[in-house]
Amino acid sequence: MATLTLNGVRKKYERFDAIKGVDLAVTDREFVVFVGPSGCGKSTLLRMIAGLEEITGGDLLIDGVRANDIPPDRRGLAMVFQSYALYPHMTVAENMGFALRMAGVAKAEIATKVGEAARILQLEKLLDRRPGKLSGGQRQRVAIGRAIVRNPKAFLFDEPLSNLDAALRVQMRIELARLHQELNATMIYVTHDQVEAMTMADRIVVLNAGKLEQVGSPLELYHNPANIFVAGFIGAPKMNLVDAKVAAASAGETRLDLGDGGGVVLPGAEAGLAPGSPVVLGLRPETLSFAATGPFRGIVRVIEHLGGESLYYLERAGGDTMVVKTGEAVFARLGESVSLTVRTERASLFTADGKAIGLRRDNPARAVA
Amino acid sequence: MKKSNGRKFAYTVLAWVVALLVFFPILWMLLTAFKTEKQAVEVPPLLFFHPTLANFAVANSRENYLHFAANSVIVAFGSTALALMIALPAAYAMAFFPGRRTKDLLMWMLSTKMLPPVGVLVPIYIIFQRLGLLDTRAGLVLIDTLMNLPIVVWMLFSFFRDIPGDILEAARMDGVTPRQQMVHLLVPLALPGIASTALLAIILSWNEAFWSINLTAAHAGTLAAYIASFSSPEGLFWAKLSAASVLTVAPIMVFGSLTQRQMVRGLTFGAVK
Repeated sequence: MATLTLNGVRKKYERFDAIKGVDLAVTDREFVVFVGPSGCGKSTLLRMIAGLEEITGGDLLIDGVRANDIPPDRRGLAMVFQSYALYPHMTVAENMGFALRMAGVAKAEIATKVGEAARILQLEKLLDRRPGKLSGGQRQRVAIGRAIVRNPKAFLFDEPLSNLDAALRVQMRIELARLHQELNATMIYVTHDQVEAMTMADRIVVLNAGKLEQVGSPLELYHNPANIFVAGFIGAPKMNLVDAKVAAASAGETRLDLGDGGGVVLPGAEAGLAPGSPVVLGLRPETLSFAATGPFRGIVRVIEHLGGESLYYLERAGGDTMVVKTGEAVFARLGESVSLTVRTERASLFTADGKAIGLRRDNPARAVA
Repeated sequence: MKKSNGRKFAYTVLAWVVALLVFFPILWMLLTAFKTEKQAVEVPPLLFFHPTLANFAVANSRENYLHFAANSVIVAFGSTALALMIALPAAYAMAFFPGRRTKDLLMWMLSTKMLPPVGVLVPIYIIFQRLGLLDTRAGLVLIDTLMNLPIVVWMLFSFFRDIPGDILEAARMDGVTPRQQMVHLLVPLALPGIASTALLAIILSWNEAFWSINLTAAHAGTLAAYIASFSSPEGLFWAKLSAASVLTVAPIMVFGSLTQRQMVRGLTFGAVK
């Protein structure tokens, strides 16, 4: 298995920079997920690691060896494509054994390896079928099997679940997580779906417009986003972002003015926060709750009952929307005017230009991460 | 329901009319081939008559049919093989490694087909004369290859482009060499397309008359030149000309009908997906 190191890796096209210098160290057996909105460069970055796209700046090291100029077939990596990219004129067994056959591996050994991969992926009964006769999930498993038989240094996945329906996606997600444990392999996984990232990753790499926004464990990103972009991207429903001004800052606490007469007091303080400076308050929907009185007031506009939990969408006086996540009990009705309180120790604070402000305090979220 | 049935009937009739219009010259040729020269020019034309095979006997004895037929086969298959050899790598490169000028190049190749061949007859004739290619099968193979090359490249290009690039990238990741990709992936996947391209090139080359008549004579002449030799100075012999035409058209018609399924499959490959 392998480590991958990216040192200031860049991708420059004629007209624009797709990847603007990425530094990253993927450790052995780690499951790293690249996540970001479409067009952020995550797939490009993966293809650069694979060798399918040229690296125009910086270095890629595989097991400590510079690999920029090593052709894809000699990097020892395997890739699973979104479109599966199976060879349509070959059976499942032939698909999985093709790379070995081309490399001149003995037939008996190919059969053993294909059989082993088929067992792991529960494809034994389908070995003689052509890809055209398989379901989407089965095709994806064949594509993974094709990667497994080569015993690669690392697995690269390019949005492998995007073409599957929702139920299958959840099932494959669990299978991939199981596979990661069983194979004990280094895996890099690209997705635009933050739920996939949260559930599978050891570490998440959030990319935006060719830049690395934050790298960290799922919970680290969830509880301590480095900036507003990460805060908004990770977590569903999204984190509520509320414009505010610093009203007063003392040693133990920071008092915020919400502009509509309401105010919030956050535990902790930061030296640079002068009274009057504009900030953005970030509140996860589950940290808000209904109360007789509270700093946030609004009218319930939409309610989504999901069974075990409910989402309330509130319209505040200024027209901003806030989302509250509660248990299944009914807390408010449509059109009702309500007040919210917040667990202030879970709140995030950002500067007006989007960078996180770490208030010095005993943060329970940090303890979790 | 009734209305749609009526419409269906109308379309059926229309289809038959169009089909008959297209087929009529061939039918006429067939009928004339089995008439005597006198019957052939009779007005009104005879639909029912006592058929004769005499024209075929004359057609074969006056000129050596098999000699011309052999030339046609050699030229059609030879030019097709040569065109494929040149076009396959060209189309592969253009489909999978397109440059900024690939589209222009393809358009330029197609544009050469828009030129009436007679426009370059004199230069080609002189070039052939100087190179000693007049009335040689090699010369005709060459000219037919060049005539068909744009179409062959275009067809192969579109067939190659229908193969998802991901598959080749997956192969590259799998450590498969370009030659192995060609042999084990591209050719098998594009085989229906390559086959129908080859069939079309054979048919086009077989039916090519202009260059054959102008650049060849008795030695390298194809069946097109064979037919032309029947419109001789001593007068037109419709029945014999028709018999010669039947002998020329028959092999390629049989060939075409045998390969029809492959042709249709290949030509509609991209359209119906």
